[in-house]
Amino acid sequence: MEFTLRSDAFFVAIRRIHSFANDPTTMLDNLTQRLASVVKNLRGQARLTEDNISDMLREVRMALLEADVALPVVKDFIAKVKERALGQEVIGSLTPGQALVGVVHRELADLMGGQINGLNLATQPPAIILMAGLQGAGKTTTTGKLGKWLKERQKKKILAVSCDVYRPAAIEQLKAVSAQAGIDFFPSTSDQKPADIAAAALLHAKNHYYDVLFVDTAGRLAIDDVLMAEIRQLHAQLQPIETLFVVDAMLGQDAVNTAKAFNDALPLTGIILTKLDGDSRGGAALSVRHVTGKPLKFAGVGEKLTGLEEFHPERMASRILGMGDILGLVEDAQRGVDQDKAQAFAKKLKSGKGFDLNDFKEQIGQVRNMGGLGSLLDKLPAQFGALAQQAGGQVEDKAIRRIEGIINSMTPTERTKPELIKASRKRRIATGAGVPVQEVNRLLNQFEQTQKMMKQFTKGGMSKMMRGMKGLMGGMGGGGGFPGLPR
Amino acid sequence: MFGFLKKKDETEKVDAVSENADAFPLASGFVSAPADAPSGESNKPSWRDRLKAGLAKTRTTLNTPVSELFTRAKIDDELLEDLESILLMADCGVDATQWLLAELKARVKRDRIESPTALRATLAELLTTMLQPLEEPLLITEHKPFIIMIAGVNGAGKTTSIGKLAKYFQSQGKSVLLAAGDTFRAAAREQLTAWGERNNVTVIAQESGDPAAVVFDAISAARARNIDIVLADTAGRLPTQLNLMEEIAKVRRVIQKADPSGPHEVLLVLDANIGQNAIQQVKAFDKSINVTGLVVTKLDGTAKGGVLAAIARQCPKPVRFIGVGEGIDDLQPFRAVEYVDAIFETGQ
Ligand SMILES: Nc1nc2c(ncn2[C@@H]2O[C@H](COP(=O)(O)OP(=O)(O)OP(=O)(O)O)[C@@H](O)[C@H]2O)c(=O)[nH]1
Ligand SMILES: Nc1nc2c(ncn2[C@@H]2O[C@H](COP(=O)(O)OP(=O)(O)OP(=O)(O)O)[C@@H](O)[C@H]2O)c(=O)[nH]1
Ligand SMILES: [Mg+2]
Ligand SMILES: [Mg+2]
Repeated sequence: MEFTLRSDAFFVAIRRIHSFANDPTTMLDNLTQRLASVVKNLRGQARLTEDNISDMLREVRMALLEADVALPVVKDFIAKVKERALGQEVIGSLTPGQALVGVVHRELADLMGGQINGLNLATQPPAIILMAGLQGAGKTTTTGKLGKWLKERQKKKILAVSCDVYRPAAIEQLKAVSAQAGIDFFPSTSDQKPADIAAAALLHAKNHYYDVLFVDTAGRLAIDDVLMAEIRQLHAQLQPIETLFVVDAMLGQDAVNTAKAFNDALPLTGIILTKLDGDSRGGAALSVRHVTGKPLKFAGVGEKLTGLEEFHPERMASRILGMGDILGLVEDAQRGVDQDKAQAFAKKLKSGKGFDLNDFKEQIGQVRNMGGLGSLLDKLPAQFGALAQQAGGQVEDKAIRRIEGIINSMTPTERTKPELIKASRKRRIATGAGVPVQEVNRLLNQFEQTQKMMKQFTKGGMSKMMRGMKGLMGGMGGGGGFPGLPR
Repeated sequence: MFGFLKKKDETEKVDAVSENADAFPLASGFVSAPADAPSGESNKPSWRDRLKAGLAKTRTTLNTPVSELFTRAKIDDELLEDLESILLMADCGVDATQWLLAELKARVKRDRIESPTALRATLAELLTTMLQPLEEPLLITEHKPFIIMIAGVNGAGKTTSIGKLAKYFQSQGKSVLLAAGDTFRAAAREQLTAWGERNNVTVIAQESGDPAAVVFDAISAARARNIDIVLADTAGRLPTQLNLMEEIAKVRRVIQKADPSGPHEVLLVLDANIGQNAIQQVKAFDKSINVTGLVVTKLDGTAKGGVLAAIARQCPKPVRFIGVGEGIDDLQPFRAVEYVDAIFETGQ
């Protein structure tokens, strides 16, 4: 039950995000809002023109830079967006700002690559997969993740070998990771040459009919000529079907230089973005994609070997823009939510009247109308998605009804002034709803946290909100650690 | 560009960039970096040389090469925009860059700066002034053992930095003990043990999965052996992983229990390659464990670590050391002037 309550707090928060998405003026971090502030006086214009978009483009540029998209890529991107946007009609009730965000978002998602790209194993087995990247990017961990993925989903027989003869305990690490992944490991030692290790592993893989051979390599700097030559030679020797560039999603401006250098040195076949479970905006994804032109194939979303997802361009675009899949959310909302109520609610919050248990109940009901939490979660930025998983994923309707039951057992005064609810009232409410008193307590607690979070949100915008949500969920874990949480 | 520059036609420049777009602006000769840049331990170029090599590539993304920037006859918008690009591409971030350029503009007026060379010097000076307060070396006080806790996101370079620090402190005549507080990552313990062997120092590790217990144990062991410095490794963690942030706060509390005056230094390790998220990292770790110093690693690559400028503005912490390679000696104290030199290439 505790589990479910936490999830409830979470989706209530989600509803908030959604209401604010409809009312962008409160979303400080949101590009739409930034643009809105630039173009207030442009409402009602029918087209995007040179005149009305130049200030907005400046904002887009700034947002991208803040998200760590590399400057040359930003310049290029802005030029494309401009070209695409000019002359475009501003449809219906949209402001020019909203229209431009639409163009930016579409362009970004397009650039990130339309469809989902799996690994290519179509070759005479063993299909060799070479891992390359900077120090600490996540190559070894990702080797384990991909191995597990292919073994479990495609029933492949998999061998992994480490050619990292430099970093202390790198080989032991891959050995341990392989064991965790349930894939086979080909031993090597740090006094061997990478080329010899690779040759021996390939022979073993052939002789034992492995479907896939993963070759992990040492982290290296793109300007390290000796090590770059080494990996080029490994590539020439192995002729891998996949050469994957593993890159940390938190990378800054230099991502373009690094990606360019790796791409020039090796015929990369795909990119894997790691550490997307963090709160970086992940602009490096765009930089790397732009300079290499190679598909983004997977995303690492945790340290555990289950922390791997197919790459979703749409989600990434939203994340870079700092807005979640707002478009999708808005669509869902229009189907399931009473727009007038949502707006009245946003107004109420802004007027400082605060958030009471009536609103709480209302929001819960609306989420139910929107077709469940699962579909909503999919549209949120990855950070939220990860949190949601931690919180337990789905919410059962039964649990929602219990909460509604508790709130229904309260008097109207209690609902607007929950602080009145002391011991005797709690007992009465619990009896009325047919639940133990602890459950009432928990609900009140949860409500209080949500209320606090709402205050932060109205004050500080999206980023504070995220922190607030994390705080909330941590606070409810009862002294650290959620059950079923990655690690 | 950010309001400071006159609103002139931006597209002109943008088009110039997209012309060679496939032909990405960075295309010109990146990998063919200095031919004399082998990775061997011995004849490695200095990190400054490498930084400059990196800068050479950065230049190709500017409208004008850096070297030509300051030979122009006068200060114009294009020059200012190029300076802005240098800052942005060094990861200084929009906020710090805007601030620096606004200051620069004020200086230009106030001091009647007319030559591009003087302009460059002024900007470098401004950035140096910004970073100078972070130049505050780590002093090992009387406390024995002096307990240093090391934290950071995954793969930042914590364990490697501990290996280098062990060497550094030993060369100062201190005795060192390492605590294998990363009980999570595969072979993290073996990795630290290897660094212990290289340094010939004791590594305290346990089979248990409780990092706080390991660190507590290590402090007791250090006392028993009369050791000067304890370096406690911890598992990498992202600030979004709240349970892990709580876990590391607990490690800190347990250190305090073992020695009420400790920990005597809490080092956050930052990877210079990381962009604006480094700011979040400083803030989040500071909140949970009270960071007292930074180590910036991987400055031997092409990343500039300009995010320190943003950190200096938003959440300043002393930068105790910089990491400039994977070897045991690749650790240096932080010097603001050198750091800025490397960004502006003024130190030739
Ligand atoms: N949170 C999170 N951590 C990750 C992810 N991928 C890898 N890591 C962690 O990042 C750190 C570095 O990962 P490794 O797999 O050792 O990286 P590597 O590229 O092999 O590193 P080197 O071999 O030293 O160059 C480890 O602590 C991993 O657990 C991810 O997607 N999310
Ligand atoms: N080029 C370069 N590489 C470095 C530097 N510092 C660390 N590394 C490399 O970065 C990678 C990660 O370093 P680790 O010390 O394992 O990082 P960590 O923070 O302990 O990683 P986790 O414990 O997995 O979170 C390794 O390949 C190191 O050799 C540096 O200053 N320069
Ligand atoms: Mg590795
Ligand atoms: Mg480590």
